[in-house]
Amino acid sequence: MTPASITRLDLLLAAPEIFLLAAACLILLVDLFLEDDRRAVTFILSLVALAGTAWITTLTGVEVRTVGWHGTYVADPVGSLLKVVAYGAVAVAFLYSFGYLQVRRLLKGEFFVLGLFALLGIMVLISANSLVTLYLGVELLALSLYALVAFNRESAVSAEAAIKYFVLGSIASGALLYGMSMVYGVTGSLELGRIGEAVGVLGPNHIGLLFGLAFIIVGVAFKFGAVPFHMWVPDVYHGAPTAVTLFLSSAPKLASFALAFRLLAEGLGGLHDGWQDMLIVVALLSMVVGNVVAIAQTNIKRMLAYSTISHVGFILMGILAGTSEGYQAALYYTITYVIMAVGGFGMIILLSRAGFEADRLEDFKGLNARSPWFAAVMLMLMFSMAGVPPFVGFWAKLAVIQAALNVGLLWLAVAAVMLSVIGAYYYLRVVKLMYFDEPVERAALEGSRSFRLVLSANGLAVLLLGMYPGLLLAVCARVLP
Amino acid sequence: MQADWPILSVLIWLPIAAGILLLLHGERSAAPARWLALVASLATFLVSLILWRDFDRTIAAMQFVEREPWIGAFNTWYHLGVDGISMPLIVLTAFITPLVVIAGWTVIEKRPAQYLAAFLILEGLMIGVFAALDAMLFYVLWEAMLIPMFVIIGVWGGARRVYATLKFFLYTFLGSVLMLVALIYLYLEGGSYAIADMQAMPLPLTAQVLVFLAFLVAFAVKVPMWPVHTWLPDAHVEAPTGGSVILAAIMLKMGGYGFLRFSLPIAPDASRELDWLVIALSLIAVVYIGFVALVQQDMKKLIAYSSIAHMGFVTLGAFAAFQIFANTGSLQGAAMGLDGAMVQMVSHGLVSGALFFCIGVLYDRMHSRQISDYGGVINTMPVFGAFMVLFAMANAGLPGTSGFVGEFLVILASYRANFWYAFLAATTLVLGAAYTLWLVKRVVFGPVGNEHVAALEDLNRREFLVLGVLAVAVLALGLWPAPLLDVMRPTIEQLVQQMMVTKI
Repeated sequence: MTPASITRLDLLLAAPEIFLLAAACLILLVDLFLEDDRRAVTFILSLVALAGTAWITTLTGVEVRTVGWHGTYVADPVGSLLKVVAYGAVAVAFLYSFGYLQVRRLLKGEFFVLGLFALLGIMVLISANSLVTLYLGVELLALSLYALVAFNRESAVSAEAAIKYFVLGSIASGALLYGMSMVYGVTGSLELGRIGEAVGVLGPNHIGLLFGLAFIIVGVAFKFGAVPFHMWVPDVYHGAPTAVTLFLSSAPKLASFALAFRLLAEGLGGLHDGWQDMLIVVALLSMVVGNVVAIAQTNIKRMLAYSTISHVGFILMGILAGTSEGYQAALYYTITYVIMAVGGFGMIILLSRAGFEADRLEDFKGLNARSPWFAAVMLMLMFSMAGVPPFVGFWAKLAVIQAALNVGLLWLAVAAVMLSVIGAYYYLRVVKLMYFDEPVERAALEGSRSFRLVLSANGLAVLLLGMYPGLLLAVCARVLP
Repeated sequence: MQADWPILSVLIWLPIAAGILLLLHGERSAAPARWLALVASLATFLVSLILWRDFDRTIAAMQFVEREPWIGAFNTWYHLGVDGISMPLIVLTAFITPLVVIAGWTVIEKRPAQYLAAFLILEGLMIGVFAALDAMLFYVLWEAMLIPMFVIIGVWGGARRVYATLKFFLYTFLGSVLMLVALIYLYLEGGSYAIADMQAMPLPLTAQVLVFLAFLVAFAVKVPMWPVHTWLPDAHVEAPTGGSVILAAIMLKMGGYGFLRFSLPIAPDASRELDWLVIALSLIAVVYIGFVALVQQDMKKLIAYSSIAHMGFVTLGAFAAFQIFANTGSLQGAAMGLDGAMVQMVSHGLVSGALFFCIGVLYDRMHSRQISDYGGVINTMPVFGAFMVLFAMANAGLPGTSGFVGEFLVILASYRANFWYAFLAATTLVLGAAYTLWLVKRVVFGPVGNEHVAALEDLNRREFLVLGVLAVAVLALGLWPAPLLDVMRPTIEQLVQQMMVTKI
């Protein structure tokens, strides 16, 4: 057997990715032959592809960490969990987007194909065990997202957002790559496991490693959208079509978590003291800037963008603890955040209709009078994001704060809860608009039955996962022992 | 005697389930919604009476205990139970809620189903707060409670309701997040969220002081104590009548309950070290806020400030215990202050609730809360006037009413701690009488103030029922407080013992 040969195990480990790649290419081809009014076929095929990928993932899922493809690729329980959540998030994002794109004449097959390729990038990233695979995943995801942001060719705002995202994203990718090259130069390996061993030998104070680490942190923080590398987030969230913003705020966050986890915890775990301090600064700044600046927003997409930044601060707080409890908490936080974010943007899509984007805060005025149920859904989402029990967002914050306290970061925990009080203000403002104000317009809400059904389930999930958080917590604890 | 059915779960979930049913019913027709709310709240009250009847008055241990695993990852349990401190407060909650439902019967025209649903869900959550024996369960319910109250003030409140409700929410939220950090800290130290384990756990003094301060912020905001009381007058003034009643009668008690359940037994040494702080804040509340109440022009604001002054007695009675024990060495003596605090809580729940109902009755007719808009109400509303005078007397602590028992016990106890505490606390007998009687004089007595007052109609049967029931309760507790004291005695004795044993 030559060193470059591919074994059956390799194929098995990467079966979900291979299937999705094939399916995405097939859908691209099929879509070529479809008329504009039959794009639903592309949509349904995409959902089928997602379901198939999920099925294969559960079928080939491994109980123990297995490395394949000559050390460049890893399959483990945490990867499988992240992937399955990502499929779900992408499927929900497609579902929410369908009607939105249809009425705006944006329903092109490329939306779904790009979404699937982005998902493929996420999966490669999640399963990466070497710096090159990691970077491959990052770029595949990023390039798909750049194109998606510019999806509405008629819109100058979208184009501006896409250019901004592209330029800044390229710089960040450059920084990440530069950091990786430093690490490779010092440790002599691209494989994360070998890098970890080399770091153990070289010690935590090796100047070359710390130099590379700083650049890697820049790249990771940018992909997360953490302060001070957050400038693109509000503009891109605002400029992109809401369906794309929805996509952007969901599954890619799982990828960011995977990037940080694989690189920092598995590869550079030996440098924990170094990156903990850096992440403390980034996390704290994210919580401060995210929560404070969100108050000043009048556009709900921008507000949710800043809210994302503050949530990222919390996720980083779990990661920087550096304990398995901390990684579990961060994973839990990421998953719950994705659930809340798709719900929040789904609500904006629900209120929008042809020629009208419900992206100003005022558009939520008097929603309780128009639809008590969806006002209640939004209320649950907002209180959950604010971290008020009994909704799931509270448990996520609790887990993260507990992890930080457990490593002695009392001051950071206190700062985080204080800032979450500031954050509560702007979430409450949305509730205030929905319940305390009279509606400006009384048009009935649009949206297909399946859309309403999924959105309702999304809101209920926030409540039920909050009433019984043990299940998801236990899953997170099991995949990250 | 222990019930063989989960009585506490029924008390919590029955009103919540009814509230959800009301939300599902929507605003199609108001009458069935009202009846459903009334039946549910009365059923809850009946169940709470079973709780009162079957409660074993001879033991201090938790009763009617339910314990089911909830969140394995955090070692958190769905753990309920009541003792002599929490049981009376649960009964009080279940007693007040039907009255709120009746009081809002025809008054609330805007979205009545959502209004009633908010109160029923709130009732279930409040009962849960008193019954929770797991700190995390307690915290979840404690915070969840804010959501319905936020909506109640914001939707059905007065002109400045948005400002008031945001202030209410953010103030209490800020207070409680620090408590959350303290609870997590205790969990990480002791490995358990059970309140009993936290109470039994040894803790060095520095940690105790930090935990105590975190609790103090949370509970002081809720009580509220000076200087973090400013949300209360705003919230009271803007809240609808029912909201004010629940706020004054039940929600303020949660601060006092928190001191008795968390601060004193979990951090007894820190409580002893810092008792001067709480006592000083309490006395400032009693004296200074008493003066502030005197100059109010708005009836609701006046009662709100008087609530702050009266709640000062609760914290004073609770924290005077340490000095009483140091001076006299008698646990019995120390228990008296806590007895007084508890009676004061229940009594204030009845009296302030009743006074807010009275103001609501006037407001429904005149749409004004300004004292100067009234005068001589007794001429057109004699029955109402009689009730108002009775509750005002109870508020001023007249013997024979429930207000007297609590204040008397606390003043007596604080005399054993320090003469000057008693002296300052006793000024409330003068100040309280001054502001309440002056209020009554200006509103109820005198010649008819204006033509609006002349056109007033007396109480209808619905209002008479509400105020009559409350009047009976106020007098009964004032004339014969023994049943309440008996219920509390074993628990309070145990609490005092816990407080006097060092945990370092």
